[in-house]
Amino acid sequence: MRLEPRSGVPVHLTVLAPACAVVLALALTAIPLLWADVPVVRAYGLIFEGALGSQFALTETLARATPLIFTGLAAAVAFRARLWNIGGEGQLYVGALTAVAIGSGAIVAPPAVMIPMILLLGALAGALLMLIPTVLKLRLGVDEVVTTLLLNFVVLLFVSMMIEGPMKDPMGMGWPQTAPVVDAAALPKLIARTRVHTGLILALAAAVAVWVLVNRTAWGFEMRAVGANPAAARFAGIPVARVMIRVGLISGALAGLAGVGEVAGLKGYLTLDLSPGFGYSGIVVAMLAQLNALAVVISALFVAVVFVGADFMSRSIGVSSYLANLIVATSLLTMLAASLATRYRLRWR
Amino acid sequence: MNESVYRKPEDLVLRLRGITKRFGDLVANDAIDLDLARGEILALLGENGAGKTTLMNILFGHYVADAGEAHVADATGALAPLRGGSPHASLLSGIGMVHQHFALAENLSALDNIALGTDSLFRPWQQRRGARRKLAALMERSGLQVDLDATVATLSVGERQRIEILKALYRDARILILDEPTAVLTPQESERLFGTLRRLARDGLSVVFISHKLAEVMTISDRVMVLRGGRVVADVATAGTDGPRLAEIMVGRPIPPTVRQSMEPGEAVLELAEAHVPGEHNRPALTEANLTVRRHEIVGIAGVSGNGQAALSNLICGLASHDRGRFELFGRAAAVGSPAQMIAAGVGRIPEDRLHDGIVGAMTVWENLLLEDYTRPAFVRARFLRRGAARANARRIIEAFDVRCPGPEAPTRLLSGGNIQKLILGRVLNRQPDLILANQPTRGLDIGAVTYVHRRLLEARGAGAGIVLISEDLDELLTLSDRIAVLYRGRLSPAVATEDVTIRRLGLMMAGHDAEGSAADAA
Repeated sequence: MRLEPRSGVPVHLTVLAPACAVVLALALTAIPLLWADVPVVRAYGLIFEGALGSQFALTETLARATPLIFTGLAAAVAFRARLWNIGGEGQLYVGALTAVAIGSGAIVAPPAVMIPMILLLGALAGALLMLIPTVLKLRLGVDEVVTTLLLNFVVLLFVSMMIEGPMKDPMGMGWPQTAPVVDAAALPKLIARTRVHTGLILALAAAVAVWVLVNRTAWGFEMRAVGANPAAARFAGIPVARVMIRVGLISGALAGLAGVGEVAGLKGYLTLDLSPGFGYSGIVVAMLAQLNALAVVISALFVAVVFVGADFMSRSIGVSSYLANLIVATSLLTMLAASLATRYRLRWR
Repeated sequence: MNESVYRKPEDLVLRLRGITKRFGDLVANDAIDLDLARGEILALLGENGAGKTTLMNILFGHYVADAGEAHVADATGALAPLRGGSPHASLLSGIGMVHQHFALAENLSALDNIALGTDSLFRPWQQRRGARRKLAALMERSGLQVDLDATVATLSVGERQRIEILKALYRDARILILDEPTAVLTPQESERLFGTLRRLARDGLSVVFISHKLAEVMTISDRVMVLRGGRVVADVATAGTDGPRLAEIMVGRPIPPTVRQSMEPGEAVLELAEAHVPGEHNRPALTEANLTVRRHEIVGIAGVSGNGQAALSNLICGLASHDRGRFELFGRAAAVGSPAQMIAAGVGRIPEDRLHDGIVGAMTVWENLLLEDYTRPAFVRARFLRRGAARANARRIIEAFDVRCPGPEAPTRLLSGGNIQKLILGRVLNRQPDLILANQPTRGLDIGAVTYVHRRLLEARGAGAGIVLISEDLDELLTLSDRIAVLYRGRLSPAVATEDVTIRRLGLMMAGHDAEGSAADAA
C-alpha cells in the first residue's frame, strides 16, 4: 500500500472527502458514547434536532456561526501566508471593546454613521493588535505563535480591568459589564425576536471578499506565494515583509469584526464571557475548510450545528455538552486524513 | 549490443539476474542482469531516472526487488544468494556503498565515524585501539590518508569522501558502490580518487561507479553498463567504445555537440570594481572583486562551491548589497538590495537551488511563470490578475521552452528537475534580459536537458545578453564561456580567455594556487 501524489484533485472528491470525514468523526465519537451507555442514535438525533429542527434552532445556529465565520476567515487568510495568528480571541475582544467604547453613548449619531463607524474602528483595533506580533516576527524573528497566543491573555485582562473599572456600567447593578450599545449603533436583526443579526450578511460578504482577494488579485497571489515558499517569493521580487504586514492587518481586522458583531448585534454589552473561545474555534473552522474562504462558511455552520445541537442534547438527556468539543476535534483529525486522500491516491500493490 | 566479456565464473563477485522493480506504473528496473568480476571497475552510466540508483539501492538493501535474484561471493569466493531488503545483510556480505550525500556525523572524529555502528559498544577503548591499528594498515595499503582524530566538520569534502570509502573498507567490503562520487570534487581530487580506486581494484576490490559524466567514465572504468528507462542498453568494455558513442546510447538519440561561435563583445553590462560583499551565515564574503561582463559574452566563474559564489550570486540577484567598491549595471551604478529592482533593470536570474529559490512548488505552472511578471500591466488590471492573459503567456512559454507538463494548471512540484529548469529558463529569457546570472544552471540535469540549457544560454548570448555563468562543471565552463575567472576564498581571479585555459590550470587555481601554479596566500 502506498500513496501517490495526484496531479489534480477531482471535483467530486472535494465534496465527498469532507462528508466522509464528518461521518467518520461521528462514528469515532460513538465509541466513547457507547462506552458511557449513551443511546448514540438518539444523542445524534437530538444534536440534529437542536441545531436544525425548528426555526428557533436554525436561527440559533446561524447566530452562532456568524462570529465563527469571521474568526475562521481571520485564521484562514493568515495561515495561507503562513502567518500563524493564534490571537483571534484577543483581536475579537479588542474589536468588541472598541465597539462599546464608541457605541455606548460616547458619540451620538444616526445608525447610518454609527454602524459603519463601529465596524471600521473595531476592525482597525483588531488589525492594530495583530500588527504587534507581525512586526516583532519580521524585525526580530519572534515566533508569532507565542506572541499572538499570549496577547490573548493580555487583552482579556485588559478587558477585565476596563469592565471592572472605567467602563463599568453604572446602571449594571455591580455586574462586571459595560454600558449597553446604544440603539443607533446596534446591528439590526435579520429576523425579529431571534438572535440572527446583519452581522451574518457581513460575514458572508467578508467570505466572498476574502476568497476574491486570495484567489483573484495580485495581493492574493503574493500572499499565496509567500505562504508556499517564502524564499522563492523573495527571490522573485515579492516584498515579503510588506505582504506579511498586509496579511496580519487583514487577519486582525476580520477577528475584530467578529467582536463588533457579537457586542453590537447579539449581546448589546461587553462582558468577559462574550466569546466562548470563538477565536480559537476559528482556527478549527479554518483548518476544516482547508483555508478556503468559501468553505469557511460551511465549516463554521458545521461547528455551530455541533455546538448548538450539543447544548440541546445535553439539556435533553444529560450527556455533557463537551461532546461537541469531542466531535469537532475528531472531525478536524478525520478532515486532515481526508485532505491527504484528496491530494494523494491510495495504491494497493 | 551485448559484448559481455568472457569471465571465469570463479572470478565473479556479484551476479544479478532479472532484477525488476516497479513504482506504480513506472518500471524503474526492468529485468536487469549484471555481472561484476573481482578487481573490476564497472561504470554504471545513465541519465536521471534511468534506474542506476534504484538498482544500487536494491543491492544495498534499501529497496526490495519485485523480481530477480542477486548472488554475492562470500569470503571464500563462492556465490551465495543475497537476502534482499536488509542493509545489514548487504554489509555482511561485503557490499559497501558511498552515497552522494555523505552519511557522516559532523561532530565526531573520523575514527569514531568509521568505527560507529560496526561492532558492539562495549569496551570502546580497547576497540578503538584495534580500529586504529586496522585503519593504519588500510590507509597504508590503499593510499587513502585521513587524520583519524580530526572532527569531520573541519574536513574538506574530499577528505570526507575518503572517510566514507575507508568506512566501507573497514567493514571488509569486497564490492564498493560509489554514487556520483566526483560531483563534489575538484579535478585534482577526482584524479586522486581515481588513483585510489585503481590501486584498490588491483588489490582485488570490485567497484561500481555510478556516473553520468562521460569523460570520467572513460578514464576510470574497465567496463561500462548503460541504463536507459530501467533497461540495460549496453554492456561494453570501455576500451572498445568512446564518449560520443556512449552519450548517444545513454540518451537514445544523437547529441549535437554544443558549439560556441566566437563573437565580438559589445558594451559592458556588468562592472564590478573592488566590490566587497559580506558573506551570509558564515559563508565567505566576496572580496575586492573586479569583473566586467559585456554583451555577447559569457564569463564563467569556476571554483569549488562555498568560495564566495553565493555572495557574488546574491549581489547580482539583488539579495545582497556590496558595502565597498563599485557595482554598475549597463553603465550606471546599480540600485542594489532588491530582487524586484534587478528584474526591472533587465537582469535575468537563474538560481542555484531551483526548488528552494526558483519555484513555488505548491502553485501551478502558470502562476510560477507569472512570479516575476505579476506587476506588469499586461497581467494585472486594477489589482486583479488577468488570469486569461497569464495563462496564455504560460502556454506560449511552455511551448517555446518545451516544458513537459500536463498543462498550465499542473502543480509545479510534480515536474521533473529538467522541466522545472526549463520553466525557470522560460520565465527568465522570456523577458529578454540584458544580463543573465546563471548559477549552476545544469546541476543534476540529464544530458538532454543540459544541452538544451546550453543552447538557450548561447542563443541569449547571440541575442546580445551578457552572461555570468557560475558552475562547478569544468566541461560546461570550457564549452560555454568566452572568458573564465576563478573564485577561491572570496577572491576572484582575473578572467582569462577560455582558449588560454586548461583543466589542469583551472584545477590548480580552484585549489588556491595562482595561475602560475605557486600557492597563493590564504588570506
